[in-house]
This record gives sequence, C-alpha cells and structure tokens, in this order.
Amino acid sequence: MANEKSSELPPGGIITDAGSSERYHTGEWRSQRPEVDKDKCTNCLTCWIYCPDNSIIVENEKMVGFKYTHCKGCGICANQCPAKAITMKEEGL
Amino acid sequence: MGEKMAVNGDTAIAMAWKQINPDVVAAYPITPQTIIVEAFSDYVHDGEVDTEYVCAESEHSALSICVGASAAGSRVATATASAGLAFMWEMLYIAASMRTPIVMAIANRTLSGPINIHCDHSDAMGARDSGWVQIFGENVQEAYDNTLIAFRIAEHMKVRLPTMTCIDGFIITHALERFEPLDVETVRNFLGPYQAVRPLLDLKNPTTYGPIAMPDYYFEIKYQQAVAMEEALKVTRDVMAEFAEVSGRKYDLVDGYQVDDAEYVIVAMGSTAGTLRYVVDQMRADGKKVGTVKVRLFRPFPMEDMAKLLKGKKAVAVMDRAMSPGTGGALYSDVLQSLVGMDDAPLVINYVYGLGGRDVMPGQLTGVFEDLIKGNENRINYMGVRK
Repeated sequence: MANEKSSELPPGGIITDAGSSERYHTGEWRSQRPEVDKDKCTNCLTCWIYCPDNSIIVENEKMVGFKYTHCKGCGICANQCPAKAITMKEEGL
Repeated sequence: MGEKMAVNGDTAIAMAWKQINPDVVAAYPITPQTIIVEAFSDYVHDGEVDTEYVCAESEHSALSICVGASAAGSRVATATASAGLAFMWEMLYIAASMRTPIVMAIANRTLSGPINIHCDHSDAMGARDSGWVQIFGENVQEAYDNTLIAFRIAEHMKVRLPTMTCIDGFIITHALERFEPLDVETVRNFLGPYQAVRPLLDLKNPTTYGPIAMPDYYFEIKYQQAVAMEEALKVTRDVMAEFAEVSGRKYDLVDGYQVDDAEYVIVAMGSTAGTLRYVVDQMRADGKKVGTVKVRLFRPFPMEDMAKLLKGKKAVAVMDRAMSPGTGGALYSDVLQSLVGMDDAPLVINYVYGLGGRDVMPGQLTGVFEDLIKGNENRINYMGVRK
C-alpha cells in the first residue's frame, strides 16, 4: 500500500519522473507464476521473444529465469515454450 | 472602457475570447451556443486573433482536443450546450482530474426528451459533480465579465480546475442588451500571460498526463480536487474584487437584493434573478418585506455566504430550473445543506420551474412570494406546469 498523502502527490496525478514505471511492480497483480525446468529448457529464447513485459532474464544468451517484479503471470511463455519447460504454478498456495 | 454597444450574450462571449486571444479553441456548434463559435471563427479568418481554431467532429472530440492542448501548455477556451455538454461527459471528468484550466461557455439548454432547444439548467446540473467550477450569469454583461473572471479562477495556481460559465439559452444568448466591454489592454493586463504547469511540450522536463491510478492512489488524487475547490471559493472572491477595481462592476459569490430586513426570500440563478429584482421592487412598493438572492458561483457552493443571507428569514423558496425526478432540484439541496444546524433557520421550499424554456412571468414569481407569505409548507412545488 502506498503511503504518500494527497498533498504530497503531484497535482492531477501527473508523473514527473521519466521511466518511473519500473518502480511500479505490476508483478503484484500475478495469480500464477511461471517456473522453468532448466533440464528441459533448450535456451531457444522463444519465451524472451513472446514475453509482453520484458520479464525473461537472459544472461550470456541463456534463459536463466523470470523478473517476478514485473511478470504479470499471463502464461504466454509457458504456452509458447516448444520444449514444455515452463509451467504455471498457483501463487499464494 | 466606456464604449457602449448592443449585443447578444453569445457575441459578448466571442468578443471576450477575441480580446483574450486564447492559444487554442476547439469546438462543435450546437444551438444556442453556435453564435459564439461562428463569431469567433470570423475573428480567426480575419486574422484578428492568433488562435489555433480546431473544428472538431463532435463535442467529445472538441473537449478531448482542449484537454490535450491545455496539457501541452496552452490557454484554451470552448463552448457548448445541452446534448453537446452531455456528449462531453467523459472528458469533463478527465479535464478536471488532469487539472487542465479550460474555460467553457455553456448556453444552458435542456436535455432531450422530448427534444427541445430552449433554456433550462439540466445540462449544467449534469456536469455538477464533474469537478468543474461553475459560474452562472444573469445577463449579457455578466456573460462577458464572467468569461474574463473564469480564466483567472481556472488558471490560479491554487485552483487549476476547468471552469464553465453558464448563461440562459436564447434568453441571454440571443437577446440584445446594452453592454460595455473593457478595452483590450485592460483585459490582457487583468488576465496576464498564461502560465503552464509541467507542459507536455517541455521536452526537458518530460511529464506523463492521465496515468492510471489504482485503488492505492485514486482517492488521494480525487481528494486534491476537493482541496482545489475549497481554494476556488477564496480565489473567486479575490478575483471578483480585483475585477471590480478594473471594471467598476462589483460582483459577489451570491448577491443579496433587499434581503437585510426581508422576511421572505427567493433564491435563483441565471436570468430569473433579474426578473426577481423587478418583482421585489413591485412588492416592496406594496409594503411586503421580500428580498431575493442570486447565486453566481454554483460550484464550489458558497454555503457560508448563503447561510449569512438567509439567517433569521421566515421562509425561503429555492428556484430550480432543472429537475432531479424523485427529489427536488440540486440548488435546493445545496441551500438546505447551507442551513443545517442554524438556530433560526427559515422554512425552505423548492420550486422547479421554466423547464424546456417555459416563460417565467413576474406574476408567477409574485405568486411564489404569496405562497411563502401564506405559509406553503409543501416541499417540492412545480411553478407553471399544467398538472
């Protein structure tokens, strides 16, 4: 929950910092989280291509995990993964 | 100053815009507002203003363009009426929530149906809760004066809310009256140059307008409008005082006429306020202790001013030129709220009247005073309807 008082916010809710959406953790909206089985993953990066929220972490051309601060749990990566390496797990269980 | 002319209310507003020379006007014509945008488009065509004039394809688009232009950093004006204002519904709230100080003239006209192009306040009452400052004018002079005053209220750094100036359709928009404009230099000095706040076109300070606010922020952003409205009450008072200095025309948020020793008072907005002063004079000549109150500023509602004027009166009638079927008019509710907790509060009753441009005759208003004197306690009354 936010803490700022009404009087502390810019009038009309305008945003005065560029790139501030990075600080807005849309990952909190997620009801299911993607998990990867690296034994099945072929690092084809199909998930990286399809992810609408830029939440596939790639290091040295290898898929290494998910940026859970901004992954909304849409499941597109799991649906597209040709190796069936990604599964969606219920959050909060 | 000092030049006297005979013009109608719409033309007076167009003349005010010409002197103000707004950066952007986006509008769509609708009776009885059309004369404003037609006259102004002549000024644009003839090069008498520098305004970027956008002929929109609808009122929804017209106000959308105004919101964008205002956020970009422009001084913006527009005008509409009736169904046009209703079609702006979504953008009215957006203009207020984005704090874009647009000034809009409303030529008060009823809403369908039955379809009707004549005066009542239904259109403006529909915009009552949208977060716009609302000022009602009585005559052609006020149509012009309120336009100048509105820009100062809207653009004040403690307010930054869009402002609408309302005049009665046809009764004021189309009737010729004696009218005295200020000279252009006085107008421009009174308004001063437009000061933008975080304009979109300032590329060195990028700003996002209209972002989403979830349940954790929406209420705080909305509350800012309540605070700004409270400020608007003080600011309007100050701006009107300053306007009196430059024009010699003294206005208040609510104007009392013969109320000091009055026992019976009628409260009204718009052109009916003028008819009421005539009726009061007639009845005073017969020794009746009557008075009248004109509401000029409707949003924010000047509750304390109203309470001061009505304290100790025997009975008050509130005239609403709009109807909320199932209850009385909106002005009635506001007047009642102003009197809550007062020791010697008057009996307050409501008259819905003049819908769809039904003529308001002095004799009918005399009848309302006589109802008050006779002790009519019926809360919601309908003046002049064939029941």
